[in-house]
Parts: sequence; structure tokens; C-alpha cells
Amino acid sequence: MSITFVVEVADKPGVLNRVSSLVRRRGYNIESLTVGHAGTPGVSRITLVMEANPDAAARIEANLYKLVHVQRVINVSDLPTVYRHLALIKVAASAESRSQVMQLVDVFRARVVDVAPDSLIIEITGADEKIDGLLEILRPFGVLEVAKTGCLAMVRGASVRPASSATPGGSSADPVDAAVSFSV
Amino acid sequence: MRLTGAEILWNCLVREGVTDVFGYPGGAILPAYDAMLKYPIRHVLVRHEQGATHMADGYARASGKVGVAVATSGPGATNMVTGIATAMLDSSPIVCITGQVGSRLIGSDAFQETDITGITLPVTKHNYLVTRADEVAETVREAFLVAQSGRPGPVLIDITKDAQQSSAEFDWDAAAPSPASGGRHPHPREADMRQAIELIRSARRPLVLAGHGLMLANATEALRNFVDATGVPVAVTLLGIGCLPASHPLNLGMMGMHGEAWVNTAIQEADLLIALGMRFDDRVTGNLKNYAPNARKIHVDIDPAEIGKNVPVDVGITADLREAIEAWLPAIERLDLGDWLGRIDALKGDSAVRDIQKLPDDGHLYAAHVINDLWRATNGQAVVVTDVGQHQMWEAQYYHHDQPRTLITSGGLGTMGFALPAAIGAKMARPDAEVWAIAGDGGFQMTLCELATIQQERLKVNIAIINNGYLGMVRQWQEFFYERRYAATPLLSPDFVKLADAYGIQAQRVTARRDVVPAVEAARAHNGATLLDFRVEQEDSVYPMVPAGADLHKMIRRPSPLAETGADRS
Repeated sequence: MSITFVVEVADKPGVLNRVSSLVRRRGYNIESLTVGHAGTPGVSRITLVMEANPDAAARIEANLYKLVHVQRVINVSDLPTVYRHLALIKVAASAESRSQVMQLVDVFRARVVDVAPDSLIIEITGADEKIDGLLEILRPFGVLEVAKTGCLAMVRGASVRPASSATPGGSSADPVDAAVSFSV
Repeated sequence: MRLTGAEILWNCLVREGVTDVFGYPGGAILPAYDAMLKYPIRHVLVRHEQGATHMADGYARASGKVGVAVATSGPGATNMVTGIATAMLDSSPIVCITGQVGSRLIGSDAFQETDITGITLPVTKHNYLVTRADEVAETVREAFLVAQSGRPGPVLIDITKDAQQSSAEFDWDAAAPSPASGGRHPHPREADMRQAIELIRSARRPLVLAGHGLMLANATEALRNFVDATGVPVAVTLLGIGCLPASHPLNLGMMGMHGEAWVNTAIQEADLLIALGMRFDDRVTGNLKNYAPNARKIHVDIDPAEIGKNVPVDVGITADLREAIEAWLPAIERLDLGDWLGRIDALKGDSAVRDIQKLPDDGHLYAAHVINDLWRATNGQAVVVTDVGQHQMWEAQYYHHDQPRTLITSGGLGTMGFALPAAIGAKMARPDAEVWAIAGDGGFQMTLCELATIQQERLKVNIAIINNGYLGMVRQWQEFFYERRYAATPLLSPDFVKLADAYGIQAQRVTARRDVVPAVEAARAHNGATLLDFRVEQEDSVYPMVPAGADLHKMIRRPSPLAETGADRS
């Protein structure tokens, strides 16, 4: 099954290399890895999606914690979580087909961010399936280029403390105080 | 106080308690070497940087302190990789310091530039690239914390030449590391601890599996108290040897591929395994599918990533071993294990008749006899540092260690060439101890250049070469599994006695059993290093043996009645 970790790491040179090296040498199967600044200065936030059973997930979490620069690991897979991908899609669009494409973009709540005489760039965020859905619909017009980010994940509601309860044989854990919230 | 980065480095090392370092100078580390002269440090000049890392490792394992190795950039640094990986697999706390080209040259393929932090990333617990003098103090302090805390391991600090040369304000206190850098101190869950105690109390055929972690956690006394209180017998891993005296009646001996037959059988018949500071390595479990099929399993380790990694467990406890065992003590009592101990004794009987020690002196010199005689002649008190291969297994079987940290051996990585340099490190850490390096004729030749180091430092390290003219363990596998096709295992060696003489080291060749003890005694009496070249039976094999991947109880046993070795058959 697909497991998603949010990993907060010290914003130090090479930290992404340390995380990816760990994943590589332990033979884990990565689906997606994104990294960027977190809200706190000096902290980077990695969203790591991988194929693993819950047992292996707990070990991956424990192994991540062994990296000195890793500050916090949250397995969000079982928490109410918002997942988002971002894609830019360049699609062929002549004067004739342009309005048709733009209607479809509206249906998907995507946006046109660039208009050229014979093409459009569309920006779409959402779950991976939604992006794939739009791509499928646009394909007949001629998809010229696609750029996708990996997955970003954030737990709904109030902030979450480290979910160390998932650690195998783990330390006494703080309960995860994810407040109940509603999808909008 | 304003100091150069090089001065800050030594200042911090001295404050961390470092008195001895093992190293080899070169261009990029020259400023550090120049500054070293001002500090109370004994520097051991090695002959190869791999030796420096093994020495630091042997030093750490013999003393429990952090071992320190120093090298220059490029080839100096890359030569350290094997020693670092050795320390990583065996959780040995060492700090390696390497020079690096000037920070402005990094990435330019400058002379002797190599990306050593990149290269060692997977084989260090952590590593650092320091490019400024004002980063040196905090880095060294954090490195020592990381190396020793939690599950110990190697840390590498790569310092650019300009960071060594330029100056910065030195403030020891301000450079204190954040405690978080040492990882979180584990607190076992109460429910798990309760469940463990319940399993122990209700067990009928329990067995402790004792590993290296007990020594790293200074938990050997706690283990002994637990064993004495409950009467539960103990099987040890290779690196766990010494955590309970071999002479303790409940210490059954070593488990695993070349473990005692009764130990492996007992594991397979046990109804409870209490695994303490060991990691169910493939060399101790054999086929995982049929491993200890009747046993519930309790696993206690400081590293949560080890729990359930190889063997699913019923109770996994991440804890400091001493704290965990001491927490159990008030809640446990003596178990009624008469039947179980009787069963194990019966298993022993079968093995005893197959013991090579029973073989009368028939003119052949067997390695097992050499090791056993060495044990007797040294009163079992020596610190023994082995290489890797057959002699290593015979040492584990026939030298009976009663003290922790007296068998030093490369278990996880299985690094040939480890013995001689690691023995030098052990001797530096424990100058009053009798130190023996035992190596095969193959492994010895991988790092024999360190004979010169022994002489330059005037160290009394005795060396026993178990010389059988083969890469013996590989030859044994070829005999058992490759129909005796001895591809590339017959080994030509120099005359080790003459070689030792060239280094100014006393040496003697031993070819008969009656000469073993006198030779060992002469070596002990000599005021300097001695090398003994034991010409042993060429095609002897280590028994019992669990073939790789076989069920643990399906061992190849020494032919009984005791008879032949390969030489006898041919």
C-alpha cells in the first residue's frame, strides 16, 4: 500500500541526499519525493510517498529518525490529510479549438496561465487522479509538454505532534492530536 | 580566545578526552598536524589509512571510549572507507578526521580532492564537511555526541585546509551540541514491559540471545543479575562473546552458522527467545521461515529500526538495555527449568564426542588446538583480536572469554585485515592488557605493513598466524558446496618468521602441538612483540556449520568418530 510521510529536516546542505540515500540503500520503493521550505526558518519539509506495508512503514520511520538532520517524521497515511499535486500542461490550441479547451479547463477548475497563438499552458492542482483525468481529456487536442510536482501532504486541523507511536517497539508516544475537521 | 581552526580541532579533541589518535599526514591535513604538536596527544603513525580506522575501532571496542583516526584528503580519505564501514556494521564509536582541499577549490577536481562526505554517507552514522574555522568546535562536539549516543557508530569530519588555517573565536561552552543531535532517549512502553515480564514468567523453555548491545550499554552486570535470578540459559552472538563469563554455568556458548550444535538446537526448541542487543543477522538465524518456530520472541534494542527487521517479534522494546533489564529484575523470580536445562545437557553430550579437543596428539597441528592452548597459556585473560575466517570461528569456539570487551572481531562486515591494526588500537587503549592478534595467512597479508607501526610505537602486541596455506573459510565452502574445486584459494605466503625478523620482531614457527604452549609462553615472556607462525592442518574445516540459508538445526557436523580432514582422505 501507499504510505505518505511528512518529514521535517534541518535545512542543511546535502540533507535531501541523506534522505534519498537512506531510501535507496534500504531498498525501499519510492513513488514521489518533494522538498521545499517549511513555515519555520531553517526547516525544510519533505513529502515522501512510498510503497510499503505498515510494518515496513514503521521501520522506515525509525530509520528516518536515525538521520541526525531529521527533526520530525509523521506518517500521515491514516490521518485526515489533504494531498495535492501541481501540474503544468502545454496543449496545442488553435484559434478554433481554444475555446473548447478552455471550457474543459473550467470544468476541472484548472487555470490557463499562458496563451500563445497555437498553444496554452494550463495549471492544475489536485489529486493525481484529477490531473490524469484532465490529461486524458486534453490528449485529443495534442498535449505538447507536461511538468508535474510530486505529492504534497498536510494533515487537516490543528498541528500534529510526531506520530512516534508508529515506531516499532516504540517509545511512549504523544497522541496525535489531529482535530476533526471537514473537507471543504 | 582566538585560535586557528586546526588549534580549535585539537583543543576540542583534548577536551573530549582524546589522548591517542591514529593517522597519516598529507597536504590537506598539514595545518592540523602542525598544530597537533602543541597539544597533549600521542599520535600513532600508521602505514595505511585503513589501519588507522581499524586501530581507532579496536581502541573503541577495547575501552568503550571514542577512537580517533586522521587522514589527508583524496586517497587518504578513501583508504578509510573499509574501516569506517567495519565500524558502522559493528556499531563502534569512532571519529574520523580528514583534510579537504581549500573551500574555493571544492568541486574543481583539485589535486587530491574527493567527495569523502558523499562517499561515506551510507557507511557513517553521520558526517560533516567543515569549510569555516568557526564551525569546527560545534562540529567536533556534535560528532562526539553522535558517535557515542544511542546505537554508536562512526562519524566523519571533513575539514577544508582553509578552515584549518583561518582563525575564529573559540568558545567551548557556546559550541555545546543540542541534546537532540544525540537522538531521543527511549522510554519503553509500560504495556510492552509488562507483557515481556509475563512471557518470561510463564516460559518453560526460555533462552536469552545476548549480543554486542549489552556491552555497548554497559549492561553485562544487569544481564548476569537477570540470569542468576531467573536461571534462564544464554546463547551469545559472535560479538556478544564476553557479555556473560564463558565459565558461567548458564552460558551455553555461541549461536549461529558456526555456533555450538546444542545452542542452535536449543534455539529451535525454545518456547521463548529473549533477544537482548542483537539483530537476528542472517549468520545467526539461518532460514528465517523455520527459525525458532515454537518460540515467542521478545526483542530489546536501542535501535527501533532493528525491531522486527528480520524476525517478527511478539514484544518489541526500544530501550537502553541496562535500564530495561534492571526494570525487569524486581518483577521476576527463579523459573522451574529443570527439564529444559536437562534437555540442553543431553544435546551437549552428543557434541562432546565430536569435539576436536578429544583428538589425541597424532602429529597433526589443528587450529582448534592452537587456540585452546593459547587460552590455557594466557589464563583466558588476554584481549584477543581476530581477523576473519576459520581462525575467527575457532577462536570463538575455543578461547573462552570471561570478561567483556576481550574478544575484538569484525562481525558484521567481516573485514579481512582487521586483526593486526585493531590489536594495535586495543593495546593503545589498554596498555596493561595482554593483547594477541590472531589472523589467517590470508588476512594477515592484507595489513601486515602495520608490523612497522608496532615497532615504531614499541608496542607489545603478540601475533598468532593460523597458517594453513589456503584462504581457509572460502576453501571450506568450496569443499562443501563446490565439489572441492579450489578456485583461487591456495595461497603462497612469505616466510613469516623472516618477515618479522626484517621488522625487528621476534618470531617462531610452530608445527607440532607440543611446541604450542612453550612458544606462547616464550612470547609472553619476551619484552616486545612476538609473531608465531602456526603451520596447521591445511584442509581442516570449522564444525558445526549451518549452510547459508539452511534451517538453523540442519548443521553439517564434524564426522564422528573423529577422523578425517581433507588431507587424511586424500
